[in-house]
Amino acid sequence: MHDATGVASVGWLMIALPLLGAAVLLLGGKALDKAGPYLAVLLSWAAFVIGLLIVLQLRGRGAEERAMHLHLYSWIPAGSLNLDAGLLIDQLSTTFVLLITFVGSLIMVYSLGYMEHDPDKRRFFAYLNLFVASMLLLVLADSYVLLFVGWEGVGLASYLLIGFWNWNPAYATAANKAFFLNRVGDMGMLLAMFIMFWAWGKLDFAGVNAAVAGTGKGTLLAIGLCLLVAACGKSAQFPLQSWLGDAMAGPTPVSALIHAATMVTAGVYLIVRSNVIFTASENARLAVCIVGAITLAAGAIIGCAKDDMKKALAASTMSQIGYMVLAAGLGPVGYAFAIFHLVTHGFFKAGMFLGAGSVMHGMNDQVDMRRFGGLSTVMKITWVTFGLGFLAIIGFPGLSGFWSKDKIIESAFIGEGWKPWVFGLTALLAAGVTAFYMSRLFFMTFMGKRRWTEDVHPHESPLTMTIPMMILAVGSAFLGLILGPTNIITDWLEPVVGAHEEGHPVIGQYPLMAITVVLMIIGVAIAWKMYWRDDVPITPPVGSPLTQAARRDLGQDDLNEAVFARPGLHLTRSLVFFDNKVVDGGGNGMAAGIGGSSARLKKMQNGYVRSYSLTMLLGVVAILGAWWVVQ
Amino acid sequence: MDYSYAPLLFFAGIGAAFAIFSVVGAGSLAGPKRYNRAKVDAYECGIQPSPQPEGGGRVPIKYYLTAMLFIIFDIESVFLYPFAVSFDRLGLFALIEMVIFVLTVFVAYAFVWRRGGLEWD
Amino acid sequence: MTSPATFTQAHISYAAVVPMLVIFGAALVGVLVEAFLPRAQRYLVQLGVTLIGLVASFLTLVLIARNNRGVTAASAVVIDAPALMLQGTVLVLSFFAVLLMAERFDTKYPDAFTQSGASVPGSPTETNAVRLGATTTEVFPLTLFSVGGMMLFVASGDLLIMFIALEVLSLPLYILTGLARRRRLLSQEASLKYFLLGAFSSAFFLFGSALVYGATKTIQFGALADAVASTNGRDDILIPGVFLIAVGLLFKVGAVPFQSWTPDVYQGAPTPVTGFMATTVKVAAFGAMLRLFYVALDGLQWNWQPVLAVIAVLTMIVGSVFAVTQTDIKRLLAYSSISHAGFLLIGVVALNKTGLSGTMFYLVAYGFTTIAAFGIVALVRSSGSEATHLSQWAGLGRTSPVLAATFSFLMLGFAGIPLTSGFTAKFALFSSAVGHGATWLVVVAVLMSAVTAFVYVRIIVLMYFSEPTGDTQVVMPSPLTGIAVTAGALMTLVLGVAPAPLLNLAQHSALFMR
Repeated sequence: MHDATGVASVGWLMIALPLLGAAVLLLGGKALDKAGPYLAVLLSWAAFVIGLLIVLQLRGRGAEERAMHLHLYSWIPAGSLNLDAGLLIDQLSTTFVLLITFVGSLIMVYSLGYMEHDPDKRRFFAYLNLFVASMLLLVLADSYVLLFVGWEGVGLASYLLIGFWNWNPAYATAANKAFFLNRVGDMGMLLAMFIMFWAWGKLDFAGVNAAVAGTGKGTLLAIGLCLLVAACGKSAQFPLQSWLGDAMAGPTPVSALIHAATMVTAGVYLIVRSNVIFTASENARLAVCIVGAITLAAGAIIGCAKDDMKKALAASTMSQIGYMVLAAGLGPVGYAFAIFHLVTHGFFKAGMFLGAGSVMHGMNDQVDMRRFGGLSTVMKITWVTFGLGFLAIIGFPGLSGFWSKDKIIESAFIGEGWKPWVFGLTALLAAGVTAFYMSRLFFMTFMGKRRWTEDVHPHESPLTMTIPMMILAVGSAFLGLILGPTNIITDWLEPVVGAHEEGHPVIGQYPLMAITVVLMIIGVAIAWKMYWRDDVPITPPVGSPLTQAARRDLGQDDLNEAVFARPGLHLTRSLVFFDNKVVDGGGNGMAAGIGGSSARLKKMQNGYVRSYSLTMLLGVVAILGAWWVVQ
Repeated sequence: MDYSYAPLLFFAGIGAAFAIFSVVGAGSLAGPKRYNRAKVDAYECGIQPSPQPEGGGRVPIKYYLTAMLFIIFDIESVFLYPFAVSFDRLGLFALIEMVIFVLTVFVAYAFVWRRGGLEWD
Repeated sequence: MTSPATFTQAHISYAAVVPMLVIFGAALVGVLVEAFLPRAQRYLVQLGVTLIGLVASFLTLVLIARNNRGVTAASAVVIDAPALMLQGTVLVLSFFAVLLMAERFDTKYPDAFTQSGASVPGSPTETNAVRLGATTTEVFPLTLFSVGGMMLFVASGDLLIMFIALEVLSLPLYILTGLARRRRLLSQEASLKYFLLGAFSSAFFLFGSALVYGATKTIQFGALADAVASTNGRDDILIPGVFLIAVGLLFKVGAVPFQSWTPDVYQGAPTPVTGFMATTVKVAAFGAMLRLFYVALDGLQWNWQPVLAVIAVLTMIVGSVFAVTQTDIKRLLAYSSISHAGFLLIGVVALNKTGLSGTMFYLVAYGFTTIAAFGIVALVRSSGSEATHLSQWAGLGRTSPVLAATFSFLMLGFAGIPLTSGFTAKFALFSSAVGHGATWLVVVAVLMSAVTAFVYVRIIVLMYFSEPTGDTQVVMPSPLTGIAVTAGALMTLVLGVAPAPLLNLAQHSALFMR
């Protein structure tokens, strides 16, 4: 690995600039209320420029010469563990850098308009800058530990931003749930690191990658599964997915940036970054595939039933990340496609979220799609840009999603035995369902009859908001075409993720493409009939049991609640006064269970010296007794 | 078997026998039996035993203060005694150490004195 | 009468023990100040004496003692690298704790300490003291005596000195515990409890020392290590002796099942004293424990390691799980300190150089965070007295954003979020146990960290996402508390971002002398 030279040697500025922005904005006080947001946007763009220069620098070198290492300082020198803080500037990380800084900066520009009247926007932009810095640290880190720093940082920023409007207790609960499910993931991450340290004594990517060969299958599987748990928490994958829908409580630009384009893809990044481990452990990869397949199907089904525009988009995000995870689980055939889809998805999903924000902006912050309809006439720019994103995600031939998602479906069919059929068919059918629910969303919002409430007067959003949407729409349309068929992305990533294996799908490539397109058309057609041609009822129909289940996120919260929350909650509620507000199903359930047992144990702490000394005496007796027994 | 402790046991036996004889035996055999109030009272260092109200009652906290002060100076003298006995062999170093020790105890004494610890009421 | 053996004067390296002498000297001066100065002048003079004493001691430690290491005073005192590091830690943490103790709110809010410790709560004596505007300045010399005891504790070279140091550090703490201004009865009860249980545990320590002496004919750690290696058939009293000594030390750190005093005492004691106790006593007790197990009982590791491992697990679990339902912030922090004691025990069990340096680093990191946290607890008031019930902390994020943000950051530090000292400390410590047959301990520790994270985050949530209760005010502190809290929070950050200098110091210090 080469030491960083040229622009790359100041790569740390990419992280430092937004971080500086966050600090200045948070500490600056009211004086910066006006100028602060602009400073934040400027610094974010500066990070993008540096990132772009680095990529240009990398392109000037040979494929194998591109990865560079930038040593920052000696961070935790703890005896046998000598951990340096350094940045790994290679093809994978710079891909992410460009995505994060470009989309992030666009969304910050958009936020200038969206948050214009918010009294607290200085704090908002500070958090956004903090997020960008953390996310860049996450992808640029040269070791799992430093990655974990960014990992927690983005979690923190996400938490702060979901709960940004914390005067609403429901939003606060959502922020909480996100935090707890993420902690489960973090535990996976920590355990993975400790197993790595135990097995290899190393935690930097280069060291770990070199040590994988010759390690036992069991160890690799354990590490792989722990990493998978971590990825599930961050990327809202089954069974830790339920926080993402609730996270939509945050301001819409946040949903676009963090909960669609960047942070939620960190799990995919983690898996691809650990590709050496996953390539070596087939069982771990199988687990990844299963998780991805379940999530992409579940997300698609949930997406069909949601009437809340943002929650429908969230379900779609879950499903699309499911595709990426599935691709990453397929191994060398899929890594590059996972990242490819991640990039295109970043563009079109961010664009659609911004569109949703624009719609909300014009509709007095309503999100119920049953009260939308016919907006295409009054919000033309939003309609067109959203439409391009919509066509991209359903895989309309020629647009970005077509190139990236199709590749994943194709890869899922590669292999032998039952696996290609199960994973391939799931991915294929879900593509049809995707077309249906996205069309449903699009038609309900922009097409058909107007079902507006009396008091709304929809209008197009200001230019600060629409220009970013236009740029993202252009990306949604053409990025796939530029990167995909030309093999730019696969060639670019090859040195990191290993040589791309050309496999043969169990169904031929062109028939498969045709089936995909046909399924897509069927999905769109059904949606057209139901949600454009026919009238959409304003009150949701009762629906089939599946619809009902999907509305309730396929029972994820109910399951959590029944298993963990209810028994513990009953005990805890009277004891811990604010659990009514805080312990609300979801991830808190486990904690409530612990709370219950804690309450029972609390009785031992009765305040009498005599019982305390008795406990001590019993402790002594137990220790000595145990020793004598062992003797 | 090592009999070197035998004399010790022997003396302990004699001592116990004497105690038993004088308290249980001689007194009950020879002594006159004229009881009064003071005789049946508990022995408390010669002062009037505190009245015993219901529930055991309390001893004034001042006793504890006095007792603590006594212990401090008692321990001081316990240290001083062996020092005094072998002073000639210990030399100047021990003298300095002892002076420091006594001074530190005097610091405590000064504190007690100035803060009214020696006043009974 | 035969003439007694000739007296050989033990050599004492005064240069090595001068930091301790400075502290004890300052404490004596403090007692004299109490005795002879008029009431009105005592506070300022005491504060000056104490702070100068601590700083001077630290300077002598760095400038003189550091260059005069060695085993001294007939092997009773060992000034080696770990002893210096731990003594320095105790001094620095005490400095900030004393700043917290010195906080006086004039007449607007009651101070942490009672006006008259010796009077019965509610009695005319007390009322009189309040009327006179008295303030308990004895806390300063008491603290210094305790600090001196701690410094000796971590440097003790034999069991007797260790015992004496244990008592010297404990006795002032018992008194300090009973001096709270508000809720006097609770405070006095805590004091008595701490004293009784402390005496109980000291008895175990002493009894254990006697058994060990009986088995090995020595109490000096170095000789003990040699004797332990060669004892034959004496295990039946040696091992129980070792365990009983361990009980005395485990009591001080609040390890399960000897933890029951911790919440009551932490709650009852004046908050600055709790801050002092929670940090320095842990440093001292873990320092002593490390010395005992690493130096003297190294050869018996197959006997004590499993026992300590089980205790570590129990301590982590009990501390973390109990913390979940606490509704009083001081009790919550008490249980949190228990769980941290469990984490720290991992370093003792690890029995390697990394374990030693990791534990020392953890102690520093935890100490700073804890001091700052207790400093903040003392500022949140409700109708005069401290608002320790968690419900009174609701909505602080809105009413006093700076305080809430600082406290949240400290909580994240406790939880071990990266870029705080808590993460670095946990990582350095846990990695010492990984790969030395104690991986399962680390797994438990990671799981329990997640549970405690819930506890800490709950407080953050409460401060930011709940409605303010209305009657809770935050006192604007004087620079004293300000400095202590700022320093604590700053160190929490610095040790997370750039821990290398301190970690290096800890590693270079991780070698015991015998």
